Order: sequence, then C-alpha cells, then structure tokens
Amino acid sequence: MIVFLLSVIIIVASGFAALVTRRSNSLSTFLGVGGVCAGSLIGLIPTFNVLIHGSRLSLHLPWHFAWGSFFVEIDPLSSFFLIPVFGVSILTAVYGAGYLQHYRQTHLLGVHWFFFNLLVAGMAMVAVAGNGVLFLISWEVMSLAPFFLVTFHSDQSKVQHAGWVYLVATHLGAIFLLVFFLLMGVNSGSMDFDHFNPSGYHHLSLLFLLAVIGFGSKSGFIPFHVWLPEAHPAAPSHVSALMSGVMIKMGIYGLFRSLVLLGVPSVGWGYVFIGIGLISGIAGVTFALAQHDLKRLLAYHSVENIGIISIGIGIGMLGLSWDNPVLVVMGMGGALLHVLNHSLFKSLLFLGAGSVQHASGTLEIEHMGGLLKRMPITGMTFLVGAAAICGLPPLNGFISEFLIYQGSVYGSMFLEGATVGAMPAVIAGLALIGGLAAICFTKAFGIVFLGTARREKGVSVRESRLSMKIPMLILSALCLLCGLLGADILKTAAPVLNMVTMNRFLDAIPLELIKAANSLRSVTWVFAGLILILTGLIFFRKWLLSKRYVQEGVTWDCGYIRPTSRMQYTASSFVQPVTGFFRNILQTRNIVSPPHGLFPTKVSLTTKTPDVFEKKFYSPLFEGTKRILFGLRWIQQGRIQLYIAYIVITLIILLIWKVR
Amino acid sequence: MMTYWSHQSISPVISAIFLAPLLFGVINWIKAFLSGRRGAPWLQPYFDLWKLMRKSAVYSRTTTWIFRAGPLVGLGAILTAAMIMPMGNIPALVSFPGDFVLFAYLLALGRFFTIIAALDTGSSFQGMGASREAYFSALSEPALLLALTAVARRTGSNSLSGMYEVLSSGSWALVSPAMVLVFIAIFIVFLTENARIPVDDPTTHLELTMIHEVMVLDHGGPDLAFINYGAALKMWILGQLLIGIVNPVHTGIMWLNQTISIVVSLSGPAIAVGLIEFSMARLRLKRVPQLLVAAGIFSVLALIMELR
Repeated sequence: MIVFLLSVIIIVASGFAALVTRRSNSLSTFLGVGGVCAGSLIGLIPTFNVLIHGSRLSLHLPWHFAWGSFFVEIDPLSSFFLIPVFGVSILTAVYGAGYLQHYRQTHLLGVHWFFFNLLVAGMAMVAVAGNGVLFLISWEVMSLAPFFLVTFHSDQSKVQHAGWVYLVATHLGAIFLLVFFLLMGVNSGSMDFDHFNPSGYHHLSLLFLLAVIGFGSKSGFIPFHVWLPEAHPAAPSHVSALMSGVMIKMGIYGLFRSLVLLGVPSVGWGYVFIGIGLISGIAGVTFALAQHDLKRLLAYHSVENIGIISIGIGIGMLGLSWDNPVLVVMGMGGALLHVLNHSLFKSLLFLGAGSVQHASGTLEIEHMGGLLKRMPITGMTFLVGAAAICGLPPLNGFISEFLIYQGSVYGSMFLEGATVGAMPAVIAGLALIGGLAAICFTKAFGIVFLGTARREKGVSVRESRLSMKIPMLILSALCLLCGLLGADILKTAAPVLNMVTMNRFLDAIPLELIKAANSLRSVTWVFAGLILILTGLIFFRKWLLSKRYVQEGVTWDCGYIRPTSRMQYTASSFVQPVTGFFRNILQTRNIVSPPHGLFPTKVSLTTKTPDVFEKKFYSPLFEGTKRILFGLRWIQQGRIQLYIAYIVITLIILLIWKVR
Repeated sequence: MMTYWSHQSISPVISAIFLAPLLFGVINWIKAFLSGRRGAPWLQPYFDLWKLMRKSAVYSRTTTWIFRAGPLVGLGAILTAAMIMPMGNIPALVSFPGDFVLFAYLLALGRFFTIIAALDTGSSFQGMGASREAYFSALSEPALLLALTAVARRTGSNSLSGMYEVLSSGSWALVSPAMVLVFIAIFIVFLTENARIPVDDPTTHLELTMIHEVMVLDHGGPDLAFINYGAALKMWILGQLLIGIVNPVHTGIMWLNQTISIVVSLSGPAIAVGLIEFSMARLRLKRVPQLLVAAGIFSVLALIMELR
C-alpha cells in the first residue's frame, strides 16, 4: 500500500514541480511526463500483485475531517480499473509530450502537465478510496482537472463553451453522488465503505437511482452524454484519449462499487441497465454516423461503448437477482473486459485523430483524404483501432462483445417466462450496433486515410514524430494481444466477479469462468487459423505475381477525362442512406445553396447534426432556469450598503435560530 | 474444450473449398436453361478462376496496401468461416458455444476490408457501392443472428454444428412454423450477402446500379480471382445455413449422407437463385431496407414462437 501511495505522491509532486518550473517548457514537460511514467510504473506493481493473488491491500489513517478518514484499499475491483488508469496514462503522457511540442512557443506547458498529473492521481485515488469523503474529494480532483485540460486552447470560443458544458455536466452529476454518499453515511453512521450497511435502508432503489445518474453522467449514459461530444473535440488529443479511454470508466467503476456496497439489486435494475445500454449504444452510434468532425465522431462512439458495457452489467445484474452464475460471468465478465478493451482501442483512436489533426490542421473529415500514404504508421494503427472497436476478429473488441452475446444467447435459450424478451433484444441491439459501427469506421478510416487528398493542404502532410508513434504502436499491439489472450484475461477477473457477487457463487463462478474461457480459447484458435490463412494467402499471391509484370495505372473512371479529387465520395454521402433511415432521430439540417443560372459558379451544401438531447432538452431547461433566475435580479442592486444589509439580516436570522 | 477434430468433419471444409465455384456454374446454367438458351459449361467458373490466376496485375496509383489487402482478407475471412460451418449433421472442423456469433463477425471482417479497399480507389462509383453494401449488411446482421438464436432455442445447442445436428436428425424442421420463418429470414440474408436479385444484380452493365460488383471494379488478375472465389465460397457456406434446415436426410450411413448433402448443396441454392433471377428484377434501392427489416421481423416472430 505504501508503494501505491508513493506512486500517487510521485505523480502529484511531479505535477507541482512542473507547475513551479513552468517558465521552462522543456523542463516542466520532462518533469510532468517523467513523473506520470515513473509513478504509474510503480503503481502498477501493487495493482498486479492484488489482481494476481486476489488479495487486498489497505491503509487506514485517522484524519481530522468531518466524517473523513484516510482509508484507502486496493481490492481486486480497484486493481482491475487501476490497470487502464496507470497503463493508458503512461502512453498518453508520452504521446502528449510529442503532441504539445507544437505549442511550446505559445503555451505554458507546465500548467498543463500540473493538471494532467492531478487527473491521473485523482483517478488512481478514486479507484482506491475507501471512505465516502475521500472518494468525493478524489472525484472532484478527477473532475476539475480535465476542465483546465479541455480549455487548453482557451482563446477559442468553441473551446470555452465546451469547457463550461463539461464543468456543468460533471457537477450536476457530482451533486447526485454527494447525496448518494450522504444518505449512505447517515444511514450507517460512518463514511467508511466497509461500514456501509444498506440492509437497514428502505429506499434502496433511490440510492441506485442516485448512483446511476451520478456515475452515469461521468460515463456518458444517454441522456447525460452531452458533454462528451463537446469536450472531446476541444481537448488536446492525449487528454481526450485519457478522458475517453479511462476517466469515463471511473463512472463504470463507481457503478460496480455501488453494486458491491448496495448488495443484490431487484430485478428491475437489471432491465434498467440493459435499457440504458441499448439506448446509449444504438443512439450513440447513430449520432456518430452523422458527424464529420473526427473527434466528435469518436466521442459518440464512447457513448456507444459505454452502452455495451452497461448491457453487460445489466445481464450480470439479472443473473445476480435470478441466482444464475452463467449470466453473471458472461455479463459482468464481458463488461469488465470491455472496460479494458475500450480503454485500449479508444485511446488509440483518439491518439490517431490527434496525429491527423496535427498533420492536416483540421478535424473535418470531408477535407481529408489519402493520409495513409503520408502517415503510414498513424493510418495502420488507426485501422487496428477501428477494426477493434467494430468488434472484428482477431482483435480484442470481439472478445468482450462475444461474452455479452453469449450471455444473451444463453438467456434466450434457457430462460423461461415473459422476462426473457430482454435477451433477444440485446442480441438484436448488439448486432445493429456492430453493423452501424462498421459503417461509421469504414467511413472514418476510408475518407480520412484513403483515396486522394480533398484539399491542397493534405498534400504537405507529414507523419508525426516518434514519441507520438510509439504509444500508438504499443496500443495497437495490445489490441491484438488482448484479442489472442482473452481467455487468460477473463480468468484474472475471477476475484473481481466474486467481489461483485459478494461471494455468493464461490463454487459456481470459477466453474463458469473456465467454461467461458474455454470457448474464448476456441475463438482464439479460430483467430490463429485466420492469421495463418491470411499469411498463406499473402505468400500465395506473392508467388503468383513474382514472375509477372505488375503495372500501375489510374483508377477506372468510366472514361471520364479529368477526374479530380473533389469527385470522390464524401463522408456525408457515404452515410446518407443510413442517416436517411434514422432521420427522425438525427434531425440533420441541410444548408444548401443550389446552383443558379446558366453558368453556376458557387454551390454549397453543409450538413449539421446537433445533439437532439442538448437541443430539445438541456437548452430549454437551462434557458428556463435562466429566465426564472432573472426574475430575482431585483435583489442585486449593485449598492454596497444593500449588500451589507443582506449580510446583517442573515446574521440576525442565524443568531435567532441558534439562540432559540 | 468443445473443439473436436474428426476425419468426417474435414468433409464440409473440403467440399466447400472444391465445389463452391461449381455452384455459380450451376446457377448460370439454370438461368440459361430457363430462358431457353444453352448455358456455359458447369465448370466455366473454374476456367475463369484459372484464367484470372495466370494474369498479371494492374494497381491504381491512388491505392495503398489496403487495396491489395482487401481481396486477401475477404477470402481469408470466408475460408476461416468455412471452418466453423457444418454440412447438415456432419459437424464442422471447429465448433464451440456461440460460434455462430464469430461466424457473423468473420463475414463482417471480410466486408469491412472489401469496403475500405473500394474506398481506397478514390472513385465515387466504388464509394457508392461501398456505402450501400455497408448499409444493407448492417440491417441484415441482426436478422441473421436473431434467426440463429431462434434455432439455438429450438435445438438447445448454441454452436452451429450442434444446432444443425439436431435439425437434420430430428423430424423435418419445416413442420414448425417458426423454422419456416427462420428459413425465410436466412434466405433474405443469403440473397443480400451474396449480392443476388432482388437486392443486387450481378449482371447489370451500369456501375451506378450495382452494389457488390462495383466495389470490386478496380480489382483484376489474381485479386479478382480471390474475390470471385470468395464470393462462391460465401454462397456455399451461407447456403449451408439454409440446407441444414430443409434437408431431412439422416440415413445413418455417413458417405450417403455426405453425397446427398453435397448434391442438395449444389442444386438447392442454385435452383432457388436461378428461379428468382429468371422471374423477377432487382428491387429499387429504397425497397431493399424494407425487405431486410422484414427479414428481421420474421426472425423476431420466429423467436417469439420459440420462446413462448
């Protein structure tokens, strides 16, 4: 435990060091990044230790703070989430060092690294906090630091807006968590997690609701997702990668933790999670389809993947309330694996998007094209990430989705009664999500990296520097590795599953895990077969073409004489059939200036797909609030005497209340 | 581990690998026969493949390694999928719980690479075909998986080999109305995935109206051979999903079973596709999603019947 605290201290201290040395950008970057790497590497030691041995490490120090105690504990659940926290932090920090080189003349990087390190430390502390107050403080650090990271380009009004949306969203969520922990604490007389005792509490469903809203708004459950598509495009890419890959998973961690704290849920909650998951998954990917800002598109895919995780949790919760260990293993196991997998391929994709933005100066997909030739490494790693997120074999995305599929297939096959309906719905939902994600990522990869450059700027694009390429290469290698080692990774989740089920299936879970791991092992055999066949085919074609004349020519253009790069299919036209199908949900606006006259010179089409929830729900809500609050403006007169009078009146009221 | 390797289970793969192109030959012959022409010899697809294999290659200057990877991954994924596809009650080379999900995702892998290979050419025709292919397959995937889930529920087995072993050994599956619906749903998926009428017309002469054919417009030589062979193989293994439901053969003698299965595998899909292509035209593009949603609804209905 001391080792773990040491790592957090290193991370925080190096953050302060970066802040102090902010006058020298190279020194502060070195200190900040070095601190994250060293601290995270040290932190991984106790993490793996706990996960492998299934033990616990804890430290309980008295702390003179209202209800607080410095109680930290690494149990298997914490350690499972700490792996992406530390692992991805190292890679994104190294990438960030290269990424921010570009801004060393204009920005104080030390400040950035200070908040970056705080974010990493905050996430690590959230995962180990064993006391409600400590948890909330860590949560606040983790939530506030990104605000300063997102607003890195604080001179752009769009970025400012994104920062505010993020800040408001995260604090609205935090309010629910505050109430959640207060109710738990009041009820059990202590804020320490191990003293929480929900059995005497009557409004268990209320507590669950608070947890779902509070943690869900951090994770990006629909309709609490509005901050993701705003904040991710605004932030520097390594920050988006860390936020999307890891930070939003802390919301999932919170949900798992509240499952441990609150005990077996009623059946209804399983359905709620499946429902939220299906809505988030399908709506997330549908909104992603209509985006042509690369990072906004990726942000919506985070919503989709959080939806998949939520479906898995829902299936697991149904298994818990029905005493069915198979569903628990498939659902919860799949959800846990997807947490890990998503942290890999989503941060990979965001890093790739960052390299693209760096090189081409834009995130607008429609302006790009042909980048694979100029950025071979970025392109290849982005392709790996894209295939992984679509759940394509032989990469890691398939493994976790496969487990969730298997859970729902099992449910559809063997369960009885009217309640089974949720299981086929999950199968249909996952299949639809998979298909739509494939459209979205063939679009994203195809339009950005393939074909020819659609703007002049694309021609001068160069591959990013080494420190940006290495993290991407490592992440894509990990995507493949986790695809091939799915069975072994699933087995390490055994202590976590035992925790989440409160050791109710101590005998059954290892048994079911072995079964699930065996079918994953068979999947791996097929993966191996696939790789073998592909290798064979490559050599076969090489042999076929070895003695022959291989020519280069132009793409077949149906005899047209002067094709230009502008004639290529665009991202919008690529997805138009699908967005047409979902037009009632998406409400895409087309701004067309049609050709006029005999010799039209200027024609344009702009499509915009704003977030329906923001436009139809949040904007009216906040506008209404603003109107009501404006009614109170008469209180604010701007005269100092009046304010003093307010203070005096308040004091008198308080005095009377106290004396009474 | 539920993977088993036996000398019989090699036969579905072997017959798929060697006989798949013959399926195209038979279809073309039937179509010609029905319209009163004398068709090309049955072995014509083999001759075509042989010819393409011996050609040299031309690649567009616009393209990258993705374009060259497309045909390889397309064929590789189908070949891998053939390893988990049984032939009637003869189990597949590999089978394990939930393998039909992997089957669907292997098809998706091949499609993904075919689509990005099409986009790699930078041609708007191929982009158009890619867009349609991606769209239609996103709608057909839920139908396929739900239909197979209904079969899983009925047979109590969640691997393809297990399912089709039960289906082919029991009473004739089509006596159950749910299986009729499953059959229709899978048949629509079969036509979509194989780019046949009424979803797509492989013989049209206009790039604008094509879906699958236009995506592979720029491929030639060995690459085109890979693509065509992959298409034949895909038709064969997706055909197995249908034949397993309707083929009532369970003689108990292995070689007889195999022979009958092969004959039915060749003639069944060929006759069905031939008859459809002879008798109707391609649907308008706007109608195709409706057809696919209908397939999805059939699957859901079948599942509801099985669940009750």
